[in-house]
Amino acid sequence: MATMKFMCDTKRCIECNGCVVACKNENETALEWGIQRRRVVTINDGQPGEASISVACMHCDDAPCMKVCPANVFSKTEDGIVLHDKDRCIGCGYCLYACPFGAPQFPKKSAFGGKGKMDKCTFCAGGPNTEAGSAEEKAKYGANRIAEGKLPMCAELCATKALLAGDAGMVSDIYRERVVGRGHPAAGWEK
Amino acid sequence: MKLTQKSTEVKAGALGLSRRQFLKNAGVTTGGIAAASMLGTGMVKKAEAATATASGPVEVKRTICSHCAVGCGVYAEVQNGVWTGQEPAFDHPFNGGGHCAKGAGLRYHTHSHKRVKYPMKLEGGKWKKLSWETAIAEIGDKMEEIRQTSGPDSVYFMGSAKFSNEAAYMYRKLAAMWGTNNVDHSARICHSTTVAGVANTWGYGAQTNSFNDIRNAKNIFLIGANPAEAHPVAMQHILTAKERGATITVADPRFSRTAAHADVHLPLRPGTDIPLVYGLMWHIFENGWEDKEFINARVWGVEKIREEAKRWTPEEVENVTGVSRDAVYAAAKHMAQHRPGTVIWCMGGTQHTVGNGNTRVYSILQLVLGNMGVQGGGTNIFRGHDNVQGATDMGLLFDNLPGYYGVATGAWQHWSRVWELPFEQVKGRFDQNQYLGRDPMTTPGMPCSRWHDGVLEDKTKLAQKDNLRLAFFWGQSVNTETRQMEVRDALDKLETVVVVDPYPTIAGVAHRRSDGVYLLPAATVFEGEGSVNNSGRSVQWRQQVVEPMFESKDDLEIMYRLAKHVGIADAWTKNIAVIDNKPSPDDIMREYARGMRSIGFTGWSPERVKAHTMNWGDFSRETLEAPGGINKGETYGLPWPCWGTPEQKHPGTQILYRTDRNVNQGGGNFRARFGVEYEGESILADNSASKDAEIQDGFPQFDDQLLKQLGWWDELTDEEKKLAEGRTWSTDLGGGIVRVALAHNMIPYGNAKARCRVWTFPDEIPTHREPLYTPRRDLIAKYPTHDDMQVHRLPTLFKSIQDKVISDNLDKKYPLAVTSGRLVEYEGGGEESRSNPWLAELQQEMFVEINPADATDRGIRNGDDVWLEGAEGGRILIKALVTPRVLPGQTWMPFHFAGVMHGEELQYPESDGVSTKPYVVGESANTALTYGYDPVTQMQETKASLCQIEKA
Repeated sequence: MATMKFMCDTKRCIECNGCVVACKNENETALEWGIQRRRVVTINDGQPGEASISVACMHCDDAPCMKVCPANVFSKTEDGIVLHDKDRCIGCGYCLYACPFGAPQFPKKSAFGGKGKMDKCTFCAGGPNTEAGSAEEKAKYGANRIAEGKLPMCAELCATKALLAGDAGMVSDIYRERVVGRGHPAAGWEK
Repeated sequence: MKLTQKSTEVKAGALGLSRRQFLKNAGVTTGGIAAASMLGTGMVKKAEAATATASGPVEVKRTICSHCAVGCGVYAEVQNGVWTGQEPAFDHPFNGGGHCAKGAGLRYHTHSHKRVKYPMKLEGGKWKKLSWETAIAEIGDKMEEIRQTSGPDSVYFMGSAKFSNEAAYMYRKLAAMWGTNNVDHSARICHSTTVAGVANTWGYGAQTNSFNDIRNAKNIFLIGANPAEAHPVAMQHILTAKERGATITVADPRFSRTAAHADVHLPLRPGTDIPLVYGLMWHIFENGWEDKEFINARVWGVEKIREEAKRWTPEEVENVTGVSRDAVYAAAKHMAQHRPGTVIWCMGGTQHTVGNGNTRVYSILQLVLGNMGVQGGGTNIFRGHDNVQGATDMGLLFDNLPGYYGVATGAWQHWSRVWELPFEQVKGRFDQNQYLGRDPMTTPGMPCSRWHDGVLEDKTKLAQKDNLRLAFFWGQSVNTETRQMEVRDALDKLETVVVVDPYPTIAGVAHRRSDGVYLLPAATVFEGEGSVNNSGRSVQWRQQVVEPMFESKDDLEIMYRLAKHVGIADAWTKNIAVIDNKPSPDDIMREYARGMRSIGFTGWSPERVKAHTMNWGDFSRETLEAPGGINKGETYGLPWPCWGTPEQKHPGTQILYRTDRNVNQGGGNFRARFGVEYEGESILADNSASKDAEIQDGFPQFDDQLLKQLGWWDELTDEEKKLAEGRTWSTDLGGGIVRVALAHNMIPYGNAKARCRVWTFPDEIPTHREPLYTPRRDLIAKYPTHDDMQVHRLPTLFKSIQDKVISDNLDKKYPLAVTSGRLVEYEGGGEESRSNPWLAELQQEMFVEINPADATDRGIRNGDDVWLEGAEGGRILIKALVTPRVLPGQTWMPFHFAGVMHGEELQYPESDGVSTKPYVVGESANTALTYGYDPVTQMQETKASLCQIEKA
């Protein structure tokens, strides 16, 4: 059994947005203009110290969204992936207040309607109660690469291999090797 | 009311200013809600639905990304003829599965509903659907009519770096068969100055090493290059080198996204590359850091460089470039202490009136440091489009035939032999008269950068019979050319405009005409097959992913139909099979490989290239070589020169001029291209040659005479002798001369020194000249530009413009320096990438970067609408991005936008009931950019002009 995690190596992220587009490409059936499950955030833009990080749902171990959801739509797979049931979502937006990463998205089209059902990164694992790879799953949640034995598209297509996804142990092994190779005293996060 | 979907922003305010978040928060095109309603109902969804419903067995095709020239591999999943999925090619030697935004969104290009779906024609102000037959017949008839009255030179063949090698070759050949050199493509405005400057330094004008080899560098000097946005996957290799201890120095006026990963940033004033590099060399010579042994053996003319560098004292360099003397010293010292180092440049260096000098001075820096011909060294010149290297190799240029043979009579004779056509027949297609003392067949044509001058200029000043009257825009976005107001006037004045492209492009919409515009839907590269050369000279094969979409057709088929209509198809395809109106890519490759001896294409064959593409995983990502398997010992993509015949299995040459290898294993030395002596001084190499060469000293290029002198003539077979008599290695179609040279482990092209002096250029050594539109009038007297001159067919202005800047006080009226560059989400003119909603969503506004000091002086706040006016009066209405990324007094714009001119939106036609207008349109930076061309190549100046900005 694995514990699935994302990690973005900020020393390698070049803000190319490959991950954002990879996600759109792979999950296009469930997404529309304006909804980006993944974003690249840059600090100190245009100045020395500029650094970027790719952010989506982090599939927290103790996920705040799960705690606050009044409709109890969240569930966690045995691989540690946090999924949400769109059928039961009431679009209240509490999860957004709770989420430290701004992951939940609300795709409602009309100006005066509600927020619509919450949408977020599924770790390319589809929905909690749809058949893997089915048309219904594609339309509601997008791809289910996990069921096909593949990892999330964003990390797989990352231009510089900054964004890593997979079992937490393996992700830390890869990152640990990089840090050792770089010989940075501050684990590669400082100059 | 516009709703702003702030909820999904990741606390942008708290984290600081980000370009992208700034844009999403700025005005109407805010992400999510507002944008979705702005798009109209279901446009995006409709296109997506087509793919969602596809099912059935999955077929996997191998293709190559169609954007930059890194050449990333892609696995395309196809179901029922629809491209439904993209899987990472982890085993691909260049990208290891990685993609930037553009590569990650490739799949959309095949089914974009923004494409032109059938041939169309503008008639009486209305767009009308045509059949292919009618469209070809009307265009072909018009061509013939123009030929009768104005001669063949009044038809312009604008081509594309998106062509496969085969299409690029056949397009050049089509122009040749038509009888004109008025054929060119975007390499003119990309790396033409590199090709000219670098080839004239050491023989070939291409990237000398490879992307993967950058991993071996100890020092990486990027000047005028921003791979984090322009070649993102190259950063994989650059950052790997960094993690292994290499240091990165970025010379760029802006603090670019690449500079953000650098150890040292040298913010030079636009247009002062030559002083900066001489400044580096001042320290190198002063401290004796040059590689004396390398220079003595392999470099000619360094003394002149040493003299010039002496003039560029730290004080003068600081004064002219604006870079502090301490920073220049530190960078020079670092380069000296960390070898091998590589130099990387792109359009920041090439797109200048001094572009040929820039590319030579970068090369000379590497020669002085002894960094050439070694792993981890070299000049890694990143080409811009996926096949701009290939299209350049194929001579899709106004001054070349395939393989850089030029357009002199000898070149035409060589190619006539390859085509198996009588030279007189080929010649007979050209205008036989002379104009301004020039012969059309042997005079370079109209450049891509200035075709509009060929339309608008007084015809008595042109070195051809008449103005251009009909132009093909075959895969080229004309909004990438400066002086957009003139471009628009030229589109109006042409009698017929023919756009051959998946999209209408700006040539199809920027004019103010009601008749005489044709849109012919070309298929994308994913809808056909063929080969493509990456920047590192490696060739890759693209399998056909899907059939041509809608009613579009493959480029080769469109060309064939046209050739047939104008009666040149038989000559054009004499030795090439034509199946269903489409010339066979395999046969085409065999033909050009046979002819392109000068750059060693003869070792290529469709079979070999496909064997590489079908076995990506066999090649090491470290060395690019296959340790085993069917391609054992070969370098991925058989980087040219790949000598001999395919059967001889030359592995390709990953690193040019590398003497520590045998030529048969990819070794070499600098090319003897410029004779054997100059002013009585030998320019051949001195006690140096590639490994195992039988003559370990300089030697001239091989020809029949040299073989006889060396006593090796009888090593040729009788058959070979017949073909080799009177020929050189590059024109001997039997290949015997090359075979014998290789048997003696000697490189066929000779062994000379690289030269620092190019006595045939306007400036013999790289010489600083202030930009035409300089903000430093005090420097003009000391560093003036050239006098005005005639370059090939066109008069070209230099001094008269610089004089006007002073007399009309243009530098005071337009006090801000302006440069342009790339965004990662878009490519080139941007019509295709702005028509991809996955990309368009990420960059919704055309903008200018302006320093907070200049913005505050003008009362401009971040996100304001501003008018930017260029020094020739072109005005554009865009957003201001206030950022310290640019220094005070400098501004920067992306060049991918179009569809708005002087604040007014252009009208795009509907095709099959859907507007072809891209999801995002904006003002073209080039509406504000100005006159200025390199005297050698007619490269346009896009990196050093002047502007003024005011709040709108």
